[in-house]
Amino acid sequence: MWSFFHKLGSPRWFYKISGQLLPVFIVSALGLLIWGSVWGLAYAPEDFRQGNSYRIIFIHVPAAFVALAGYYVMATAGAISLIWKMKLADIVMQAAAPIGAAMTFIALFTGAVWGKPTWGTWWVWDARITSMLVLFFLYIGVIALRQAFESAEQAGKACAVLCLVGTVNIPIIYKSVDWWYSLHQPATIKIIGETSMHDDMWWPLLVMIFAFYLLYGSALLLNTRLGVLQREQKTRWVRDLLG
Amino acid sequence: MYFDSFAALLRMDGHGFYVWLAYAVALCVIIGLLLIPVLQKKRFVRAFNQTTKRQRPAAPAKHELDTTN
Repeated sequence: MWSFFHKLGSPRWFYKISGQLLPVFIVSALGLLIWGSVWGLAYAPEDFRQGNSYRIIFIHVPAAFVALAGYYVMATAGAISLIWKMKLADIVMQAAAPIGAAMTFIALFTGAVWGKPTWGTWWVWDARITSMLVLFFLYIGVIALRQAFESAEQAGKACAVLCLVGTVNIPIIYKSVDWWYSLHQPATIKIIGETSMHDDMWWPLLVMIFAFYLLYGSALLLNTRLGVLQREQKTRWVRDLLG
Repeated sequence: MYFDSFAALLRMDGHGFYVWLAYAVALCVIIGLLLIPVLQKKRFVRAFNQTTKRQRPAAPAKHELDTTN
């Protein structure tokens, strides 16, 4: 276990392994994205109450899932870099921030576009939507904070602390639909208990959820690999690799 | 297909604009998410090669040339 942990801390080892994983991630992500989108857009049945506008769910929900999962990735990497001073964890934290921001943006934007035909408004200061907006600003904050410091080490520490403090927002997002019931509907998909969704809609959604996780993985690998090259550019292995 | 025709798929009973707008914007973000790091890496490699060339002596020693292969 520990030898794996040490290996994982080696940027060079990570660069080699991630290079082999990357094509698998990208190809399966794009394949599932196309499959799930075509299924959701053209083959899934219409919702009897919302009509066809509900088809936005196939990107809205997966993007929101990954936006939240991405925060765990970023905060965990932040904690590891703070406690064990692992260089790779700091790079992962930095790499995760823009992807999380992009996913949160997709969730917010598709939610707004879905809200217009369904609720009659693009935006409402509902607890779920507001806490997602806070999540978006947290991601942006981590990106901005990184650039506000001259020294990379200080920037890493500050970002890690911000990530950990921001974790408070995560349970609020999860619970917001139950605590403050307003326009946003409560969770349809439940880990415990029955999912209140028809199979013909649930399967394409599941495909899209997998696609978005793989997409997240692909983007994280791409960004982390770039970060590794940039941080390690003075080392011999990078010079040998690129020279 | 659930819809009767391709036109019906585009129209989606009046919800077409919203659905296709959501998918189009998501697609743009996804493309950006994958393309930006690829372009940044290309730019980084180009800049890296330029600086290392400048730092190298005018006539590099033989063993240095060997390592580049």
